[in-house]
Amino acid sequence: MRFARFAAAAAACAALPLLSSVAAAHGFAGDRFFPATLLTDDPFVADEISLPTITRNPTGPDGSQEFDLDIDLAKRLTPDLGVTISQGWHYLQPKGTGAATGLGGLETGLQYQLFVDPKHETIGLANLSVSWAHTGRVQALGADDFTTISPGFDFGKGFGDLPDSVPWLKPFAITGNLSMDFPTKTESAGNPNPNNFNYGFAFEYSLPYLQQQVKDIGLGEPFNRLIPLVEVAFSTPVNRVSSQTVGTIQPGIIWAGQYMQVGAEAIIPANRQSGHGFGGLLQFHFYLDDIFPNSIGRPLFGN
Amino acid sequence: MKYALLLSALTAAVPLTQPADAHAFLDHAVPAVGSTVAAAPAQIDMFFTQDLEPAFTGASLADANGQPIATGAAAVDPQNKAELVLKVPRLAPGHYKVSWHVVSVDTHRTEGSFGFDIQR
Repeated sequence: MRFARFAAAAAACAALPLLSSVAAAHGFAGDRFFPATLLTDDPFVADEISLPTITRNPTGPDGSQEFDLDIDLAKRLTPDLGVTISQGWHYLQPKGTGAATGLGGLETGLQYQLFVDPKHETIGLANLSVSWAHTGRVQALGADDFTTISPGFDFGKGFGDLPDSVPWLKPFAITGNLSMDFPTKTESAGNPNPNNFNYGFAFEYSLPYLQQQVKDIGLGEPFNRLIPLVEVAFSTPVNRVSSQTVGTIQPGIIWAGQYMQVGAEAIIPANRQSGHGFGGLLQFHFYLDDIFPNSIGRPLFGN
Repeated sequence: MKYALLLSALTAAVPLTQPADAHAFLDHAVPAVGSTVAAAPAQIDMFFTQDLEPAFTGASLADANGQPIATGAAAVDPQNKAELVLKVPRLAPGHYKVSWHVVSVDTHRTEGSFGFDIQR
């Protein structure tokens, strides 16, 4: 008995280094896994990269055609503090003139994980995004000649805590973003730069959650890893201009694997100011913390 | 454009060259998640998508009122390190909830829960 206690104590001591480095990351809140969404920002710090996001935009309100290739990287500095960086290559075909190509503006972000409530599958994040002036083709592609600072709040809520009487609703989850744009110049080339209020939501139904937590309905690969969703995002100027809200509605699906996910969405303009017709988006997104768990997939500081 | 596609292809190949370590998700369980079984099981078997770290892996059982039920300690099957076994006492008909928490061998932690019923 004494030996058994000693052995148990020794085993616990031997395991301590592992305990201190148990990794969290990813979009987890208790039983809930939040995938990285394609349109709206994620409410969690992570070590992940979207490479690439391929977007065929709907026809612009001025008749222009646009095609984008974007890269987004998220990196944890500590378990709760992260940074993001995004850059894109654009092909723009204005109506009646020649096409232009080149880089769009550089965007960076600083994120802090405010809370994770496992019991209620709730997660919240504060972020400060900056779109940097003169980091893309200003004249040809409309990249900004001013810097914009955008503080925001991102959240996620899974509905696994609903009563057992409504089991089929438990796989639902919602994530959302609220932010405000503060441009550093009030006008550019005679056009006003308004403060914009940005808001977006992703409504998800997780088949993995259904299969693993609610009811094993016998789904096999790849269906047991699918997450159908609808994303919406809008931007409303609050001063300096009289123009209206613009935004898109994007129904789609995400396949979330062990190391990566693939997502595809249709892009539907929310109103005439947002464009015409339909577009589409395809994204390959990699979980660096799973691919490189002992190197670049870990926070730079702390565990 | 060519370079972007090449970079994507290279990055996509990375996971294929890595060992199979990642977050462990529940693949399936016996009794099955959300199932109703005719006879009380002697144990609950949970099969995960990754091998598990036994020192930080566990499971518990509760009845329909959320009251914990005394069980044996959950253990990783030495023959299949992706399988977690929870020995349970003789269970009466009713609803039960299994809660699990696991750490995969690359130290990623996940948790979950599911219910099953024993037919009356």
